[in-house]
Amino acid sequence: MSVAAEPRVPAAVERHESPLRRRLGEFFDRKSAYVSVALLLLLIGAAVFAPWIAPQNPYDLAQLDIMDGRLAPGATSMDGKVFRLGTDEQGRDMLSAILYGLRISLFVGIVSTVAACSVGAAIGVFAAYKGGRVESLVMRAVDLQLSFPAILIALVLLAAFGRGIDKVIIALVVVQWAYYARTVRGSALVERNRDYMEAARCLALPKSRIVFRHLLPNCLPPLIVVATVQVAHAIALEATLSFLGVGVPVTEPSLGMLIKNGYDYLMSGKYWISTYPGIALVMAIVAINMVGDRLRDVLNPRLSK
Amino acid sequence: MLAYLIRRIGQALLTVAVMATIVFLAIYAVGNPVDILANPNADAKEMAEIAARLGLDRPLYEQFGLFVMNALQGDLGRSFVFNEPALKLIAQRMPATLELAFVALVFSVLIGIPLGVWAGLRPEGFAGRSIMTGSILGFSLPNFWIGLMLILLFAVELKWLPSGGRGPTTSLFGLQVSFLTWEGLRHLLLPAFTLALYKAALVVRLARAGTREAVLQDYVRFARAKGLSPRRIVLVHVLKNIMIPVVTVLGLELGSMIAFAVVTETVFAYPGMGKLLIDSIGRLDRPVIVAYLMLVVVIFVVINLVVDLVYAALDPRVRLTEAGA
Repeated sequence: MSVAAEPRVPAAVERHESPLRRRLGEFFDRKSAYVSVALLLLLIGAAVFAPWIAPQNPYDLAQLDIMDGRLAPGATSMDGKVFRLGTDEQGRDMLSAILYGLRISLFVGIVSTVAACSVGAAIGVFAAYKGGRVESLVMRAVDLQLSFPAILIALVLLAAFGRGIDKVIIALVVVQWAYYARTVRGSALVERNRDYMEAARCLALPKSRIVFRHLLPNCLPPLIVVATVQVAHAIALEATLSFLGVGVPVTEPSLGMLIKNGYDYLMSGKYWISTYPGIALVMAIVAINMVGDRLRDVLNPRLSK
Repeated sequence: MLAYLIRRIGQALLTVAVMATIVFLAIYAVGNPVDILANPNADAKEMAEIAARLGLDRPLYEQFGLFVMNALQGDLGRSFVFNEPALKLIAQRMPATLELAFVALVFSVLIGIPLGVWAGLRPEGFAGRSIMTGSILGFSLPNFWIGLMLILLFAVELKWLPSGGRGPTTSLFGLQVSFLTWEGLRHLLLPAFTLALYKAALVVRLARAGTREAVLQDYVRFARAKGLSPRRIVLVHVLKNIMIPVVTVLGLELGSMIAFAVVTETVFAYPGMGKLLIDSIGRLDRPVIVAYLMLVVVIFVVINLVVDLVYAALDPRVRLTEAGA
């Protein structure tokens, strides 16, 4: 017994390092992690502070001059304003439009992911805890939904709802909850047989407390990874829907909507109206994916030492 | 096997019925098509006439009952806009979409397999890492924007390829296809490549994983011991064994390719059934939307059913566990 207990001593010394801090240390083990986090923070900052850093308010019609329409990047207007990324057909500064569009794209992506994650996780963990007929019914619904492509389901929903940021978010939640339900159920199936669950049941704690305070927190790591990557998916999906003309309304253009507006001018060589919003979109998606990839490496129990 | 077959087909029919109900209810909540079809100056009487002609004045359950009865006889309604059977409109556009999807499938294999095998042979090398990064990009970048950038590069700047539309078609066994002429092929190149990118990223991952596993197997070691050239080992022994999962997954993915063609066709103004769907959504042409969705649902259900049945036929464990559950 004493021999077996001995190796635990150094572990006690290490305990000063919290799991969170250890994970953070692992996360930044690679230099690419700094790059992706920095890029992501930069984009989020640009989106949050868009009204203060954008050269103009692209939705204030008083600030627009139709005479400045379709100017090439770097061009100067008659009253001396410089449009670094050019202007669109209404004389809107593309840099400002992109900053505001980024705001809408990130907002839709993050809100829909948080909502879908909450709904999906609650359903998934509940199904796994209940087991039996409830579980098989929920999982059938999940399978049925995941067997159809997300883009088609979202397209049908938005065709029915009409345009609007709130409607896009609802459609994205409906499309995405099933991923989370499946992910959570997978880990909950393992966790529900653990000793601490047995202990919680023996204490006769209320069921909701067992499910949400004991079971759910232990299913979180894989969920965080899925949710991070899904933010990127949600942003890309929203952009695609807006490009197809069923997403956000014309008055609140996201990056996808800006790309759609530029589509008509692409053939005449006015590349900047579509290209620059696309680059912003790609930067956001790549940064989120890189962070998600790194999180997967750090949070995967099979890879940790 | 028979019990499994009957049950699986029953499930498939149930899925189609459930989806038909959802699709019908969702689409029949969409706007009021009369507003779009009627002359802007039309008065209330004319509007009511149009609604009566289209059957829109009846209660929802009656419309649904009529829809089900007609659907069972293979009639999914007439287009409000073209006044032609919706299925006929879709059937006219279908060869274009199928051609696009198949050419894209071929592209994704031609791009994905060589890159995946290469990355699998040297997973830690520079090329292997770059290929994997490329595959992550292929997965995550918005496909429509890649299409736009390809148009910008090859059609607007270089002027090598047309920016959209479908080339001249020739008849092959009664189907109108365009890949037989050079001009038709030029029109197909960009859209098919764009549509193929996502699946190519998937094939790269499958081929890489398969190759990494295959090179450790005894038959590869034995082939090496026999003194076969590395080229022969890869082309014959490794390639043959990684094709099984690749073909399975691609078969399953054909349906999603047809669905995703909606986006590609819109970018390239390609006259397939996906473009028809988007146009119909814009024009509130409900019967066409419903007919398209029902067709896609049936395609998906049939593909899944066939794959499941083939698996059950090949692997008795599948049908036994299902029967036990």
